Order: sequence, then C-alpha cells, then structure tokens
Amino acid sequence: MPEISAEQVAHLAELARIDLSADEIESLTRDLGQIVDSVAKVSEVAGDDVPATSHPVPLANVFRDDSPRPSLTVEQALSGAPDREGDRFRVPAILDEE
Amino acid sequence: MAAKAALMDYESALAKFEPVLGFEVHVELNTKTKMFCGCANEFGQGANTNTCPTCLGLPGGLPQVNGKAIESSIRLGLALGCEIAESSRFARKNYFYPDTAKDFQTSQYDEPIAFEGSLTIELSSGRQVTIPIERAHMEEDAGKLTHVGGATGRIQGAEHSLVDYNRGGVPLVEIVTKMIEGGEADAPEIGRAYVAAVREIVKALGVSNARMEEGNVRCDANVSLRPRGSNVLGTRTETKNVNSLRSVERAVRYEIQRQAAILDAGGTIVQETRHWHEDTGTTSAGRPKSDADDYRYFPEPDLVPVAPSREWVEELRATLPEPPAQRRARLREAWGFTALEMQDVENSDLLDAVEATVAQGASAASARKWWTGEIARLANAQGVAAEALVAPKHVAELVALVDAGTLTDRLARQVLEGVIAGEGSPEQVVATRGLAVVSDDGPLIAAIDDALAAQPDVLAKIQDGKVQAAGAIIGAVMKAMRGQADAARVRELVLERAGQQ
Repeated sequence: MPEISAEQVAHLAELARIDLSADEIESLTRDLGQIVDSVAKVSEVAGDDVPATSHPVPLANVFRDDSPRPSLTVEQALSGAPDREGDRFRVPAILDEE
Repeated sequence: MAAKAALMDYESALAKFEPVLGFEVHVELNTKTKMFCGCANEFGQGANTNTCPTCLGLPGGLPQVNGKAIESSIRLGLALGCEIAESSRFARKNYFYPDTAKDFQTSQYDEPIAFEGSLTIELSSGRQVTIPIERAHMEEDAGKLTHVGGATGRIQGAEHSLVDYNRGGVPLVEIVTKMIEGGEADAPEIGRAYVAAVREIVKALGVSNARMEEGNVRCDANVSLRPRGSNVLGTRTETKNVNSLRSVERAVRYEIQRQAAILDAGGTIVQETRHWHEDTGTTSAGRPKSDADDYRYFPEPDLVPVAPSREWVEELRATLPEPPAQRRARLREAWGFTALEMQDVENSDLLDAVEATVAQGASAASARKWWTGEIARLANAQGVAAEALVAPKHVAELVALVDAGTLTDRLARQVLEGVIAGEGSPEQVVATRGLAVVSDDGPLIAAIDDALAAQPDVLAKIQDGKVQAAGAIIGAVMKAMRGQADAARVRELVLERAGQQ
C-alpha cells in the first residue's frame, strides 16, 4: 500500500515548478510509493539504539578559515545567464498579478 | 495601489483589543567572507563582483562553513541568554525566487545553533519588559533585486527585475522572539526598543556593522490583535522591510490601528506578508500565505553538523563584553546623569564618545554638554557623525582649558571650530588664534573704569547696593574685551571698582 497519493505528487510537482502530464503523475506516484516502501524497510532494521542521522559518516565541525578567495569576474559570473542588463542578471517579471 | 486603509484611532483600538507581537530580526555578520564560500562580504561593490560557483548555485559548487560566522553566531546566542545546541545542522529551505540562485536558501530548521533566551529592555517610562527569545539560527542572505518598469521601483507592475548576487550567501543570524503579550499601549515602543537593544548588542559584540541603513539589521514585525475578554489569538500579519528604529515603532502602531478597524467592522484579517512604506507610513498587502510556503525543509546533505564543544562555548562566553544595558546603568550612575540626560547621549549614539572623553579627565557633565551640544550641532550641519569630527582627547583638553579659566564657553566654541578645521589641538588653536581669556587684571580694570565712567547712573545703583545693575557694566566690558574675559572675574572687579569710587 503506497503512502504516496497522486494529489501529493501533483502538489510537489507544482512546488518544484515541474509540468507533469496525468500519465507522468500516475507513474511517478507508483515509483515514489515503491521508494517510500523500500526506505521504510530500513526502519525495521534500525532500532531505537540507532539515532537518526543525515550523514552516513559521523563527522562534525568542518570549518573554513574566514579568509577571502578570488571570486569570478563579472563576465565569468554572467557568462551562463540567459539574459543580462549591464553587470546584473536580468529575470522576467516576478509577480504576474495586476 | 491599494485604496487607503481605514484606521481606528490608537486609544480606541487598545480599548477593544490587546496587541500581541513577535519579531524576526536578521543580523548580517561582518565576517570577511560569505557563509559558505570564500567570496568577500563587502557592501557597496560593483554588481556581481563577489560571486563564485557556490554562491551562484552553479553545478558542482560545494558549500564550506565559515568558522568565524559560527563563532559570531554562538557569541550572539550567548549574549541573548540562549542555550547553545550540542549539535546543530543546516537545512535547505526550498523556494523559487530569483534572489536565490540555488532555488533554496541554506538555513537552519529543527536544529538551530541557539535557542531559549531572553532580553530585558527598558522603555522611556522606565518600564522594563523581558522579551522571550525562541531561537537564533544561522542562514545566508539573498541577492539584491532591482525592479524595473514599475512605479518607483516596486515589484508590482515591474516588467523585469535585475539581480546582483554580491549579498547572496552573506552570513545572517535570524533572531526569532516568542509571542510578546502584555505590551499594551507600549507595544510600538517595545518593538523599537527591542530592535535597538539587539542592534546595540551586535555592535558591542563586534559581530555586525549594525548599520540599519545598509541593511545590516532588518526587522520583520508580526502583529495580531486579541479582542478584550477573549483568549483566542487573532490572525497575524508579518510586516517586512521595517528597516529603521522609527519605522518599527510606526509600523506596529499602524498595524494595530489598521487591524482594529477591520475587526471592528466585522471583517477578518488575512494572514499575509505586508510591506512597510517609509514614505507614506503605511503597509500594503504582499503575498498571502499559501501552499507555496511549503518550503520542504530537509537536512543539507553537503554540510556536516555543527557540534560546538562545551569548552569552546565557555571560551566564547568569556569573550562577551559587558551587556549594553548593564554598561549604560553603570555609566549613568558613575556620571550622575538623569534618565533624560542619559537618553540624550544614547539617542545621539554618543555613549562611547562621552566615556572616552571622561577617561581623558573631563567631567561627565562637561563631556555631555560638549558632545550633545556644540559638537552634535556642527556634525549635524555637516552631515557627519559627531565622533568623526573631533577626538575625545581634544574635547577633554577643551574642557580642561575652560575649567582652568583659560577659555570662556564662547571662546571654547571658536577653539572647537579651529580644531575641527584641522588647526591642531585646542592648545595649539588657542596659541595660533590668540583666543585665551585675558587673565591680566590690568586691561580689565581699565575697561571697567571706562564703562563705569560712561554709565554713572549704573555706578550709582551699584554703590546703592543694587548689585544686579552690574550686569550692564559686565556686558559692556565683555564687549570691549571681545569676549576674551572671564565674566565671573569681571563681575568681581566691577563690584570692587564701584566700591572704591
């Protein structure tokens, strides 16, 4: 019994700005359900004595010195931009209301 | 533009509703580099000159945590009375907005670095309010958007926007309060005093430049109203862009009056983000809270947890300066200032200047008089900070010259002008401009005798015991001496000479 519904997938697609067809939603719902089931199996193995972790390696406090490193040039920074105006990135209107 | 909102007058609004507040204050740290990359953290550079693959969100860019930013965050957390987490981690806050090139902001979610603190502030009435702090978490700032084509740079109606990512990735600490109840009529002032206190703390810690006009300290103000007699919280609005102390006060007051008018007319408050407009003193509706606020936080896979050892936390605690509120109380007592005099000094941001001047030997009263008076006036006229105009040691020297009788206040003001004009120390200005008080009685007595001879009626009055009549003679003598005489000494001599004639 997958815990993922088609509505959830449609909602996630909207949040992620991905345009999905009805067929794609259906197949993704199935796939994601299987993934959730598979991940759930891990919980069966991991008992209370295994704390939740976001990393497989128990590592903490990896810090960088606060010393500046060279940045990209403005031209390099803008080289991949779809559009620019002067030295700034140009993006379409943000609000489509009014 | 939305129609002008109806407002209820403030007293009526408070009679019907209890304001409940909450604040989110963002503090930009003054580290040399950004939070997750080595790009310089500098204000006012050419657009997109401080960017790299990491802060531009290019494929393959990997974040690396700035250790100094962690240190500053812990110190700030400690100064706010917070607990420092044994383990803390970063999370991705996912949203699409062009100010964030990565399409997510690296922030903290369920494991902030600091939590459960409090800050006690004092209002102008002397009332003390303790602001409960829920958390202080680390995150990165966003890029700067400029909206083009709309009216006066507003996002509404803009045709397109331009982005400068220099600010993207600059370290921020976001300080979130718990609900603040019981503020009542003081609610707007509480907002102002709280943000002022946070600003003062980050400045004292040296972790931020704390310039509100440059966006180093920014405030979002949450306001809701609870009808009297009800224990149900009202719907809140979050007013953004409140970026001066005065604005915080005005925005809170405005939202109380606006919401009260809506609720009183039977309407409902929409939970939304509102924008503060400094020019009109109003707020306008922004984005309503919706499904789009589902940020799908998840632990940042490219960063490992931050687990500051207790030893490190205690080491950092030992570096905390005296809390600003405590320092203020101590100085006020040492200086013998009234609350009003102290506020005068603080509001002009002259606490350091007065303290330094007193340390150079001046009396607190004289130091305050010069800094908040003549120096502040001149600084204001030139549009610069008072402390940039003259050094505390020169002010102390000036005060000493007045105390020694070498200068009158009037002459001292001229000497100050000379010092500001770069003519050297007060002593040097006195020497080069020849401004010292004439302390030789000879010329004074000559001038006094002249004045008495010119005004025999006054002389008669003085001789008659009407000593207040001496004022006319003193005035004439001071004029003749071009102000370079000590009025008290002149008075003494006038009475003496009058008695002898």
